[in-house]
Amino acid sequence: METLTNNIQSIPLNHYILLCTIVFSIGVIGVLIRRNAIVIFMSIELMLNSVNLLLTAFSVYRGDATGQVFVFFIMALAAAEVAVGLAIIVMIYRNTNSVDTGVLNRLKW
Amino acid sequence: MHSILYLILTFFTFTIHYILMNAQFLAIVNFIVYMGAILVLFLYTLMLINLNKEAEPRKSNLVKFIGVIAGGCFLITIVAALKAFRVSEPVVLHDPNLGLVKNLGKILFNEYLLPFEVSSILLLSAMVGAVLLATKDPKTA
Repeated sequence: METLTNNIQSIPLNHYILLCTIVFSIGVIGVLIRRNAIVIFMSIELMLNSVNLLLTAFSVYRGDATGQVFVFFIMALAAAEVAVGLAIIVMIYRNTNSVDTGVLNRLKW
Repeated sequence: MHSILYLILTFFTFTIHYILMNAQFLAIVNFIVYMGAILVLFLYTLMLINLNKEAEPRKSNLVKFIGVIAGGCFLITIVAALKAFRVSEPVVLHDPNLGLVKNLGKILFNEYLLPFEVSSILLLSAMVGAVLLATKDPKTA
């Protein structure tokens, strides 16, 4: 158990950066290739979460608690964003009977 | 439907990461806010609007290909930038009570009191906005 704890605490910082980059890229690709509005929102959540994890890793690495306070603010922001966004999705579905983002193309003009 | 359940699993692994880094406050907040509130909200919305497989919108293969290429370029850029600096010291916790509730609370309510209050206003306005958007328009109903 002691060696396991030691092994866990000796993860290099680069591995955290790599993991968060991969998760963030999955989120970006999800936003780009899907048209379902709910899936796009889930991808945005994934991106926010990967940034949170990276901020926490940096905060622990530097021994500075400011990063964790910042993560807390990002979480509050994500909660607000999800509430408003899902309300917008429900409203879109009620008006157009689909969650396809393609039906919103009249917003272009 | 399944993707939301797997997203819950992913968030749970993130919570375990926070525990491993001894950020206990963030682990608990992540557990409650993300897995408890946000994912339940997603599940409710999905069940409320009741999608079936035929209504699932699809993008053309070209757009998908371009999207994957763009995301892959992003990933490669960051990884290449990561290889450029070869510092890879382990993440060690110097101060064992860094992520505890007591320490974070002191910082949050001393240095970051104003952003904390502003975030409460943000949450309040988001709640009002969500209720305003999701309720039926009385003119059309």
